[in-house]
Order: sequence, then C-alpha cells, then structure tokens
Amino acid sequence: MTRAHTLETPPTTPARALDGPPVPEGPPPPRRKHTWRRLGNQALWYAAAIVLALFIALPIYLIFVSAVTPEADRYTYPKAIVPSALSFENISFFLRASGVVDAFWRSCIVGIITIVLALGIGAPAGYAIARYVFRGRDAYRLVILATRAFPVVILSIPLAVLYRQVGINDSVLGVALMHTTLALPFTVLITSSVFVSIPRDLEEAAQTLGCSPAQAFRRISLPLALPGLTAAAIFTWVLSWNDVFAAAILTLRNPTLPARILSSLTQAPLHFQFAAAFVMLVPSLVVIFIIRRYLLGLWGRVVK
Amino acid sequence: MSEIRLERIVKTFKDVRAVDDVSLTVAQGEFMVLLGPSGCGKTTLLRSIAGLEDIDAGRVVIGGRDVTELPPRARRVAMVFQSYAVFPHMSVFENIAFGLRMSKVEKTTLTRRVRSAAELLHIEALLDRYPSQVSGGQRQRIAVARAIAMEPDVLLMDEPLSNLDALLRLEMRAELKRLLNEIGSTTVYVTHDQVEAMSMGDRIAVMRAGRILQLGDPLTIYQTPVDRFVGGFIGSPPMNFLPATVRDGGDGLRAEVQDAGSLRLDGTAAWLTGRIGQAVTMGVRAEDIDVVEDGGADGVLRGRILVVEPLGSHDLLTVRLGESRLKVATRPGIALRADDPVVLRPQVERLVWLDPESDRALERPASAA
Ligand SMILES: Nc1ncnc2c1ncn2[C@@H]1O[C@H](COP(=O)(O)OP(=O)(O)O)[C@@H](O)[C@H]1O
Ligand SMILES: [Mg+2]
Repeated sequence: MTRAHTLETPPTTPARALDGPPVPEGPPPPRRKHTWRRLGNQALWYAAAIVLALFIALPIYLIFVSAVTPEADRYTYPKAIVPSALSFENISFFLRASGVVDAFWRSCIVGIITIVLALGIGAPAGYAIARYVFRGRDAYRLVILATRAFPVVILSIPLAVLYRQVGINDSVLGVALMHTTLALPFTVLITSSVFVSIPRDLEEAAQTLGCSPAQAFRRISLPLALPGLTAAAIFTWVLSWNDVFAAAILTLRNPTLPARILSSLTQAPLHFQFAAAFVMLVPSLVVIFIIRRYLLGLWGRVVK
Repeated sequence: MSEIRLERIVKTFKDVRAVDDVSLTVAQGEFMVLLGPSGCGKTTLLRSIAGLEDIDAGRVVIGGRDVTELPPRARRVAMVFQSYAVFPHMSVFENIAFGLRMSKVEKTTLTRRVRSAAELLHIEALLDRYPSQVSGGQRQRIAVARAIAMEPDVLLMDEPLSNLDALLRLEMRAELKRLLNEIGSTTVYVTHDQVEAMSMGDRIAVMRAGRILQLGDPLTIYQTPVDRFVGGFIGSPPMNFLPATVRDGGDGLRAEVQDAGSLRLDGTAAWLTGRIGQAVTMGVRAEDIDVVEDGGADGVLRGRILVVEPLGSHDLLTVRLGESRLKVATRPGIALRADDPVVLRPQVERLVWLDPESDRALERPASAA
C-alpha cells in the first residue's frame, strides 16, 4: 500500500540507494534539469518579492527623503536619492503647528477605541459564523459585505445631523464609532476565517478534558486565534488611522490627524505636506512592526 | 472503570439518520470495537457517548449513572480523536497535564501522573517539545497519553491508528492492545479496518447505515456472519458466496452448485431439510476450502483456475465455478497455474447458509445448533 503510494508520487529526489553504483554511460540523471528548474523558480519568487517590497517601500522612502531634505536643496532637480544632509526642520515645524500634536493623540485614541470595539463586537460574530450552523448564515455573511457597498458619502449629512442630536459630534468617541462601523464587516470576515482555521476538535477535546465551552474557548481557541486577531487589529488600526472622510465630516474643532492635515495643509508648500505624510506614516509602521514581531514569535511556535 | 449502557440512541442530521435506534451494553473493562464502513455512524455514536453530540432520543448510562443530559466534562470519559486534537500551543507535558489541571489535581500528583502516562507510551523524552516538533506517530501517543492520564471511567477512541502509515499502525496496534489490557479500562474503539477490529476487540459491533448488524466476539462474527454484508466486510479476502440449491440426494441432503457439482451435507445441516428444492446462498471462507486430487470423487466442486497469487504465507487462487468466482487459500507453492482445472472440497461444517432474497443467514433451529 505504501509502496504503491511512493510509486505514484513524482520522483522528487531520485532514490540513490536503489540506483546502485553510478553507471558511467547512459542518460544523464534527471536531477540536474530538476535543479535548474528549481533555481529558476526561486529566482522568480525573489524577483516578485523584491518588486512587491519596492512597490511599498519606495514611496515611503521618497516621502522620507522629501521630508528631511534641508531648505537649501529643496528645489534642486533632479532630486537627490540620498539627502545631502538630514534636516528635521520641516517635521518639527509641522509638529509645532497649532493642534497637530493634539490631533495626533486624538487619532491614536480613536484608533485604540476602534480596535477595542471592532474586535469586541466583530470577533464573537466571526466566531459564531465559523462555529455554528444557523438559519440564514450565508445570507448574513453577504449582508455584512453589502454594508460596504453603500457609499458613505450619501450617509454623511444624516450622520452629521444624527451625531449632533445624540451629542457625540466633534468627539473622539463619535469618530471611533464611525470607524468601528466601517471596520466591522472586515473584522467579522477576518476573524471568522481565523476561527474556521482552528479545528473544532481542539475545543471538543478540551471539553472532554473538563472544560466548559467558555473555558475551552479561552484556553484553546483564543490563544490559537491570537495571531489572526492581531492581524485584524492591525487592519482596523490602519483603517481608522487613514480615514479622512468620516473624520472630516464628524469633527470640527477636535479633528483627528488626517482631518487636521486635510483642513490646513492643502494650501501648504510641498515639503510641509511631505513632513505631514511622514508623521502620518511613522505610527502605523511602528504599530505594524511591533505587532508583527509578536505575531511571528507566536506563529513560529505553533507552525513548524 | 464502568459499564456503558446505550439505550435506543437516535441521532439525525437533517435527513440522515446517522445513528438509528442503537442499543449496546459494554461490560466493565471490556474492549468493544465499533466496526463499519465510512459514514455508517460510528463516530456519531462515539460522540454521543462522550456528550459531544446532542442525541434526539435514547439514554446513555455510564457506571449506573444516567449521563444523557450531562455535558462532556461531567461524564468522566476521555476521548482520543481521529485527528489527535493535540493542542499546538502547549508543550507535550502541558497537553498531557491539561485535563488534570482542569480538575485541579495537586501539583506533585499531576507531575507523577503525567510522567507515568508518558512512560506508558514511551514519550517521556518529548515532554518539553511542542506538537509541531514531533512526528505524527508521536502526536498520536500524546493524544492517548492525555486521555489515560485522566484515569477515566471510559476511554473512547475514534480511529486512532488510521492516520499512521502501515508499519507504524501494525506496531501501535499491538502496543495499544497491551496498554489497554494493562490499565483495564472500559474502551469503545471505532475503526473501519476489520483486521484492527478482529485483532483488538473483545467484542465487535458491526455497523451499517446507523444500525448494529451483528454483535459478538471476533471469531464468531468471522465464522458465522449474520448476513452477506458482514461476511463480505470481515475477513480478507471476503467470504465467498455461491448460489446453490438444496437437494435430497437419497443418501442425505446435498447442496448443488450449478455447473460445478454438489456437496454432501452429511447431517451437518440437516436443518436445511425444510428447504429442499429451494435456492440458498452458500457462504464459505477461502481457507475453509481444500484443493483435492481429482479421483473422480463425489461431493466435490469442479472449476477452473483464473489467477494464482503467491502471498508467501499462502497462495490465493481465484477459481471460476460455474457462473461464480471463488477465492481459495492454499498452502504456498501449490503446483497449479491459471487455466488448470481444479477440484475443491469445502469443509461442510464451516459453511454458512443464507437466504438469497434477503441475504440474511438462515435461522438454524436452536436444537440443531
Ligand atoms: N455534523 C454533521 N452534520 C451533518 N451530517 C453529519 C454530521 N456528522 C455526521 N454526519 C453524517 O452522519 C453519517 C454518519 O457519520 P459518521 O458518524 O461520521 O460516520 P463514520 O464515523 O462511521 O464514518 C454520515 O452520513 C455523515 O455524513
Ligand atoms: Mg468517523
């Protein structure tokens, strides 16, 4: 039975032991061609990875260069790929502009509240979709996505009015609620696919070993889902951090960072815009790098 | 260690009756095997015992305690899953200790029980590793160790060997049997592998389509299957089935196989008298047929060899007999080849008689048994 099986699988590595001593003449071993192909494949993979990395990293780098170019070189052409000197005057000027630091912290708080709310509501919903078969589950999944097909622009006026009536307009909580609404469809879908990937057997085994269903979830599924949940958190953070539209509609005197930048920098010179872009980028990068480190640590242990 | 009593269990999924009115009693310390083809409801029945499946009707009684309404954690059962279900984020030690921690076993006792379970399964060297760092066979041992560390009343195993390769399976089969003998727990063991069932079970329950077709010790089931399905499912090769007619030969009953000859039943099946002139199906195991010299003898079947398969321990002949084909096991090195004529003498006392309509074994009157 096992023999038939090995015969069926393509000969990835020629069985040396069976070949016996090498025969001087005869057809060349199939191994060489194989190796070439593998090398080619690897080269392709690396090329693709490099292109992808450049696609992301190059703009970030150019923004960085433009933000730190000293005043003297600002208008030289062509632009230097490496800045002649590091100058943080643009960035510090931008940071000292009125309200920027406040807006920065506001954005952070909005992001954190959004993560907590979106995961607090979205993860249980994702778990339910993953684990329980209930009437209308597929329809539910579709409807969740359909909310995103509805353009937010149309909602803006009624939303602003409603926020005013409830009294959460121009507040951190108001923006966070809006961001939560925008993020929820994705958190639900991401977390449900995370929980689907965790075998149900594990929870059931825990139950036969003395756990209640809730304990089985907390001790087994939750730790295993953590990497996926962190990914959902990153996603939510980026969505909230980057949102201009909702923040611009819903805030006036207390804008988040993107809204602040939008209202004040559209007329500013280019180098200030780059400085602002750089300030926008850094927290996201920091958050992603920290979380990713943690993620890989966890995955490295679970997956071989 | 407790007796398990299942009373009229029914479990339906949408329109599939996965378990259809099953009653079964497993004695204390007994090794019961649920055997049947894939999809016959073995897993569902096992999960019903564990409490992982909400049954539609019936009762589950373990050790005299009705546990039908109790959640899995209150049933004092331990289960080994087909997928092993070891926890990937815990070390091997923590995996085995998991159930003990949940029941708040005191620390030194816990360590001792984890170690002794690990020793029983020869994985004490792996305790610090993570499941991703051990082989499939070792993961399987972890799952078993985790279950027996609980010292459960009842041990449930769902095809624990089916994911191992053939050699390892053979080795683990014997080891599991020794182990379970040693701890003497009441065990329900699910498998679709009839060799595994025969070799391990005290008793076997053969299942099909949610029902138990036959319950008995391995040899009884092997020798006297209740129907054609069981006879064909158990044993390798499957039992042979030949259409025959019961005749009154004057000097006693005979079973006539068309175009092949007739067998003298010699009083071994005198109870078939009521069936004279009627068609029956004759069931016979490959090893219960002797190849004899053709001395123009009476009471033999004549056929032609189609294939000879030398298997080392014996040769397997495929013989064409009238319209039917028959597997015959002979001693190795028999001097016969394809297309040779062959004369067969089945051991009449080993024959099984079935109704060709229902394919069920004919009832032999109690007095004749
Ligand atoms: N959760 C489920 N939902 C729907 N049908 C199921 C479920 N579990 C099992 N079944 C069905 O019940 C029958 C018995 O399944 P199972 O007990 O797993 O069989 P076995 O273990 O003998 O292979 C099969 O027809 C299977 O498709
Ligand atoms: Mg099964």
